[in-house]
Amino acid sequence: MKILTGNDLKTGDVTWWDGQGWSRHVNDAVDVGAMADEIAAREEAARNVVSAYAIDATTDADGIRPAHIKDRIRALGPTVRPDLTLKPADPEAGNWVI
Amino acid sequence: MYQYDKYDQQMVDTRVEEFRDQTRRRLSGELSEEKFRPLRLMNGLYLQLHAYMLRVAVPYGTLSGAQMKALGDIADKYDRGYGHFTTRQNIQYNWIKLEDAPEILADLAKVEMHAIQTSGNCIRNISSDHFAGAAADEIIDPRPYAELLRQWSSFHPEFSYLPRKFKIAVIASDTDRAAMRLHDIGIQMVRNDAGEIGCAFYVGGGMGRTPMVAPLINAFVPLDELITYSEACLRVYNRHGRRDNKYKARIKILVHEMGKDEYTRQVEEEFTHLKAQGIEPPLAELARIEPYFADPAFKTGIVDEIASDAPDFALWVGRNTVLHKAPGYVSAVISLKPVGGIPGDASADQIRLMGDLATEYSFDECRVMHTQNIVLPHVEKGRLKELYDTLAANGLAAPNLDTIEDIIACPGLDYCSLANARSIPVAQKISERFAGNGKTAALGELKLKISGCINACGHHHAGHIGILGVDKKGVENYQLLLGGSEAQDTSLGKITGPGFDEDGIVDAVEKATDVYLEKREDGERFLDTYRRIGMDPFKEAIYG
Repeated sequence: MKILTGNDLKTGDVTWWDGQGWSRHVNDAVDVGAMADEIAAREEAARNVVSAYAIDATTDADGIRPAHIKDRIRALGPTVRPDLTLKPADPEAGNWVI
Repeated sequence: MYQYDKYDQQMVDTRVEEFRDQTRRRLSGELSEEKFRPLRLMNGLYLQLHAYMLRVAVPYGTLSGAQMKALGDIADKYDRGYGHFTTRQNIQYNWIKLEDAPEILADLAKVEMHAIQTSGNCIRNISSDHFAGAAADEIIDPRPYAELLRQWSSFHPEFSYLPRKFKIAVIASDTDRAAMRLHDIGIQMVRNDAGEIGCAFYVGGGMGRTPMVAPLINAFVPLDELITYSEACLRVYNRHGRRDNKYKARIKILVHEMGKDEYTRQVEEEFTHLKAQGIEPPLAELARIEPYFADPAFKTGIVDEIASDAPDFALWVGRNTVLHKAPGYVSAVISLKPVGGIPGDASADQIRLMGDLATEYSFDECRVMHTQNIVLPHVEKGRLKELYDTLAANGLAAPNLDTIEDIIACPGLDYCSLANARSIPVAQKISERFAGNGKTAALGELKLKISGCINACGHHHAGHIGILGVDKKGVENYQLLLGGSEAQDTSLGKITGPGFDEDGIVDAVEKATDVYLEKREDGERFLDTYRRIGMDPFKEAIYG
């Protein structure tokens, strides 16, 4: 599947296109198929997101998994600071990116 | 240390208001990202993996106690309670909001700091010896000259759009503590046969994807021609440096392809032309700057011994303090490399504490080392124990300067959008491995440096042991290098062979150190043994 990601213009937070807007959680992402460029252009023009780009992803038992490690780290947060990831209560969360 | 005059302050304040307006226009939609991006980068604001990242300039690594405390306050107020000290003697914040950025710059300006020229194809922050003004072996304090270069290079209209970024280091001793020959221009203050002090110019060094050691192009430039000669070096680069290919745009490529002799000839020609233009700042300006770097009021007749029976303190003194030029004083290094920690990171509380300690123990001054530690340059020996006790109580007393646990690591793929692999977890595992196996002390001086990509922010080429993270079909892979140095014996490391996964590289490092422990001769460091016996015994142990 193709999912769309970028950063919130004001805060810089990593965000994922959920079909209606932008979510901080990769599991909210939807398959944008061939619509990525159109959505990205529209949302960037509306200043909802910056540096949007489409990535390959798969789904598994844990949810949506970006194909590349860089995007998995973007989805989670820094593996060396579990307290600053989206799963601060899970010290093993970093294993998900590997 | 240097203090802004009204011109410095006006320039910085004006830039803050300019950026405040640019940010407002970006958020209101008047500026597109395409137009805004170069403007934010000129103010050190990057968009990184998780958020905006702000890189703050620390000129030649020198900070007052108040400045250090302000950096801690910014970490608390605008970031997530910590900062990251970099290999360019700067500090970075990883979680900045665009809407906060102008206010952060305003807070910085209040303590005579900024983020100008910490990005872009311009002359970046001038770096220097972190022991400048304290080192027993320097012939002169290099910081007034670094400051002169800072003023010359700030907003220099001709050099704001160079072919590529440009880095300058200034040192004043034969011991190189600033990786001088791995800079675009490395300047060493030297004394000639007549006893006069001048500058040796090394041009065309650098790390990155094409590492090169800068050759000497002029062994003695008089001090009152420092700026003119620097201008000549930049002009020839600006004229001939490649702009068609960013990977061939650094001055090291120009010097290499043009040839050192031809590059030097053109610099000398330009220098002759420039001397007639009279661009050198008047000596009065240097005379205005120099008193800011005068020695502090060192006490005389104070205790010149460090007395303590406490083994932990003795270990720290032996490892983390450095000979000072004034009797009764040492330079003390605060390690930001606790076992299993993140190299260069410090919490807001720790940053503020280091500012307080600079004020209390070191004439209100501290330094950022390019090795991502902090120096208190002038500490009385008689007060070291109380300083140590405070550091130890706050997680800042790791006794590991220049050991295998004192690892340089770039932010890597945990934070950096350019990285191919994570650096920090490897550094953590290596420091834990060697703290656990007890070999650190036996290994002595061993500089290990890790980069998460070929851009080499972690100086892997210059590590006695270097590690380069690469992307191997979507999986992190780590190459091992041996034999690099960024000191006065500058050399570039060589790759041992095929790479490793994260655990494999830790094992490979330990095997390499075991070869050293087995083969070393009296007094040899790891690097010395490697240079004597060559790569083969190491490869055999690692891959055999």
